[in-house]
Amino acid sequence: MSDRQPLPGTVPLLRLYIAGESPGARRALANAKRLVSALDGRVHIEVIDILATPEVAETADILATPTLSDDSTDPPRRLIGDISNIAEVLSYFGYSRKDIAS
Amino acid sequence: MTETEEITVDPVLERVKTGVEAFDDLVMGGLPRGRTTVVGGTPGSGKTVFATQFLAHGITELSEPGVFVTFEETPAEIEANMASFGWDIRGWRGTDKLVFVDASPRDSDQVVVGDFDLAGLLTRILHAARSAQARRIVLDSVTQLFDHFVADQTVVRRELLRIATALKREGLTVLMTAERDSEYGEISRHRVEEFVADNVVILRNALDRERRRRTIEVLKMRGSRHVEGEVPFTLMVDRGMVAVPLSSLRLEQQSGSRRVTSGNRELDAMTSGGFFRDSVTLVSGATGTGKTLLVTHFLAGGVAAGERALLVGYEESRGQLFRNARSWSVDFEAMEADDRLKVVCLYPEAQSLPDHLLMIRELVEEFDPQRLAIDSLSALERIAPETGFREFLISLTSFIKKREIAGLCTATDKSLVGGHSASEQHISTLTDSIILLRYIQQAEFMHRGLMVLKMRGSEHDKQIRRFTIDTSGMHLGQPLDDAPNVFGDALGSPSA
Repeated sequence: MSDRQPLPGTVPLLRLYIAGESPGARRALANAKRLVSALDGRVHIEVIDILATPEVAETADILATPTLSDDSTDPPRRLIGDISNIAEVLSYFGYSRKDIAS
Repeated sequence: MTETEEITVDPVLERVKTGVEAFDDLVMGGLPRGRTTVVGGTPGSGKTVFATQFLAHGITELSEPGVFVTFEETPAEIEANMASFGWDIRGWRGTDKLVFVDASPRDSDQVVVGDFDLAGLLTRILHAARSAQARRIVLDSVTQLFDHFVADQTVVRRELLRIATALKREGLTVLMTAERDSEYGEISRHRVEEFVADNVVILRNALDRERRRRTIEVLKMRGSRHVEGEVPFTLMVDRGMVAVPLSSLRLEQQSGSRRVTSGNRELDAMTSGGFFRDSVTLVSGATGTGKTLLVTHFLAGGVAAGERALLVGYEESRGQLFRNARSWSVDFEAMEADDRLKVVCLYPEAQSLPDHLLMIRELVEEFDPQRLAIDSLSALERIAPETGFREFLISLTSFIKKREIAGLCTATDKSLVGGHSASEQHISTLTDSIILLRYIQQAEFMHRGLMVLKMRGSEHDKQIRRFTIDTSGMHLGQPLDDAPNVFGDALGSPSA
């Protein structure tokens, strides 16, 4: 995990906050992978397990898991849930779809 | 207010003191350790104060660190708002005696798109609890959590239950606050109490005769007894929430047989030797019949016997009281200078009834008198609703007895001639002795008469005695054999 903010021209960074190995967390991880490949790797998703780093959950004010967050905006934009609907996720964060395996 | 028939401390449940003394008495010593209590109340009813006091008491008195999970105000706001109660939240945070989980609404753009849980919140709470080694935890208010995930009430319910269960497993004593919509409606919005609460407490801030009346009530205590009914409380600077004990439950009121002088030898004779040390006597009569004179005798008699006496006056100023006393050859100034007497006068309207009670208690604790006079109760009665006044009296009389103080209270009749007043009947059952003062007309003369109507646990003279007043005070004369029936109304009503 890192505190880097995405610099202009670099790959945008999303953070996925999950809690351990719950079924919801597994679904979210799988969906995150689909999301990255849908965007041809033009987005990077950092996975943060809050059970391992609870203080991060406090700083980032995470209540619900899974949460997919774009922390580069102010205020941060957050999607709560297992992000199963890729199209919805893309449009929420304003990414253009290329070829989405749905 | 009623109490469950037999009060015993449940041996199984260890008690956690909240720091609100009179409340702890209601729940047999405190909240049961390791259980969840839901505190419901309308906005402004004092939920956050109660919750913070619960944590503060643990930190300052019992070395029990706490966690404050806030869904509403930010930690900085809570620090600022609670500072006036004397709680050094910032200091406690600095030494990790108090750890916040800040779940107050923050500026963020959030959408719920699928299944989720509140593991994030739970993880943060558990992390905070472990790093503080907390024993107590507050969630204020969980209603806000429902508002945060407004479309997913079922999930919030499920997750709240999960959180409560996890906290219980950690052995934490949990206090959750919840919003109510009205003072006498549903227990809480979203019926939080139904699925997480072992215990339910209600705080009220009701408007009663144009006055705010704050009360606390224990609605439910799982597996344990509690005292039923609403107990008034007040919020005090540097102290927080102070509940007014209605009666001292654990008190065995030892009825002493020691007598103290009424300050009037003839009255002592009528009462077979004076008042009892731990008793409350009511002097009732119309204005000008000599109530304040009896009070003055009572105080002077105590001081002469080497006691300390306290007078709380609600009708006359200090100046008037001192002048009256002087006209009966009693020197209040000298008594005060010797620290044998303390006279405190104030307007009944200056504060609420519970505040008056607390003030009297504080005065007594500070001055430590052996006798206490209140002149008059009628003046206090006019600022309070009937139930509030009754509670005040119960509380006052039991306090007086507990301290083994001889108490004398006056009540003013509205009618000049004849007897009977509402307040008199009201007060009479709560006092041990009643002395009636009346105007009595005989032919073209107006006399004053005195009668000892009731005296619990003692013989007394049942005659109506005429009396006169001169520069040395009251002098009881001969019985009035042919008195008109001016005591009639009162004679039949109260019984010892």
